Amino acid sequence: MVISESALPPPPVYERADMGARALKLSGIAAAVALVGVAIGLYITEFLMSGPPATSPPVRVSAQTKSVRLTIQTVAAVGPSLSAHPDWVSYLVRHQGKWVRSTIWTVPAHALVHVTVYQFDGKSGLRNPFMSRVRGTIGSTMTVDGKTLGVINPDDASHTFAIPQLHLIVPLKGVADEAKNQCGYAPCSLSNAHLTIRFTFRTPGKGRYRWQCFVPCAAGWIYGFGGPMQTLGYMDGFLNVV
Amino acid sequence: MTRLGDFGRIAVIWLVTSTVGMVLVATVLAPHLPPGGASTEASGQRFDNEVLTLVSVPIVAMIVVYFGYVLIAFREREPSVLADGPPIRGHMRTQTIWIVVTTLTVLFLAAFGTYELLGGSGGGQGPNPAFVPAAQTTAAGVKREPLQVQVIGQQWQFTFRYPSFGGFETAQLVLPVDRQIELHVTSLDVIHSFWAYKLGVKADANPGVDNIAYVTPKHLGSFDLRCAELCGLFHGYMFDTGRVVSGADFAKWVAGQRAFMQPVLKYLPPFEHSYLPEPTIRGG
Repeated sequence: MVISESALPPPPVYERADMGARALKLSGIAAAVALVGVAIGLYITEFLMSGPPATSPPVRVSAQTKSVRLTIQTVAAVGPSLSAHPDWVSYLVRHQGKWVRSTIWTVPAHALVHVTVYQFDGKSGLRNPFMSRVRGTIGSTMTVDGKTLGVINPDDASHTFAIPQLHLIVPLKGVADEAKNQCGYAPCSLSNAHLTIRFTFRTPGKGRYRWQCFVPCAAGWIYGFGGPMQTLGYMDGFLNVV
Repeated sequence: MTRLGDFGRIAVIWLVTSTVGMVLVATVLAPHLPPGGASTEASGQRFDNEVLTLVSVPIVAMIVVYFGYVLIAFREREPSVLADGPPIRGHMRTQTIWIVVTTLTVLFLAAFGTYELLGGSGGGQGPNPAFVPAAQTTAAGVKREPLQVQVIGQQWQFTFRYPSFGGFETAQLVLPVDRQIELHVTSLDVIHSFWAYKLGVKADANPGVDNIAYVTPKHLGSFDLRCAELCGLFHGYMFDTGRVVSGADFAKWVAGQRAFMQPVLKYLPPFEHSYLPEPTIRGG
């Protein structure tokens, strides 16, 4: 069926003045949208940039190689003096003689990092037993209270120190449940029940490498994977290799 | 000689533009279309992309040519007033052409997509694959079972188990070239997605689910693998590099990994297609 032209409404006619007003209106909307976009971008940038400060252990340079000593501890509860979440499990790092809640560490490239972990937390168990094998360290071993180990029972793990990009995994054995004088809140003292774990690894070239704990150790969260496991500055962080 | 009307001119310009565009796509663009040819499945997907791009060329050309032509030919020559042209209603020939062409195009794409999804592009797979690729055969004509590799996602790393070699687990994905691989993808915690872009493989890693995908690497070299499902704080860092090696190098690598992982084998759970570990002491 063909509809006759006379039955149709006349096509709209726009004056140039109308078009100018419309263009102005559209420009205003576009500017407002752009402004909101910039504001959202700034907010996201601020969120991503905020976080714990980076710490840098002192570098020793010998004839053969550079090396740094990184001293850290893991605690079951970070305590009110170090966090607004006193009950959260956390790593702490020794920085200029004090224990600091920072998980961003700056170390030199192609250097040996001698790590000492004072492990104050109890056993949680690994979700994936594969992580109970030490790898990525010099000799693929660690020492636990002076004893050299390459693997632990996955049920004994309290945490891991792992840098997946470097294929480095060190399972950290937990303090026995029946141990006396266990640490309540951080920072913990060496007089508290603890294990001393030492290992060494070599840093690669410059870059930003994330590290994390693979034990679902966040008490009170579904499967232990919320809160401190999902917040930078507790159970995960970055190794800035410079 | 009959002078062409507007329709004829548009048709000629469209025909020339489409032909040139399709030749350029087929000869210049096609070899560079993603995901490349690192595996049989990737090649299949690239072929799909070539076909879809070729089909889209005449459609895009029609839009651009028509739009450009009417902008020039039917522009308002009286600058003081802007008015719409008379509407065209009930033009049976235009409507018929439109319906027939779009219907044929959509039906072709549906049939082609379904055939390719089931057939050659690594699609049509999942917990119960609707299509299982034909098994490889050796030079002697003996049927060769695909090599099973399990991909296990966890926050935030993929690990891999090789059940054919004692079930050892490793954090590195190494695959033998020219060997059909049967990937079993699962997760220990939240939803992940295993994505080896260059190999043309992407499979959801869901807890308690065994998602099956097939891949046959065709070239030696490395490939990126990453998680393609937002899975938490370090989702963006859940990536690694896998390798495709020769059969001899693969055997050597397997022997090394088995020896290295020997102390932990007794702690690994028996190989299953999915795992649901009990909540731990702390997290539970």
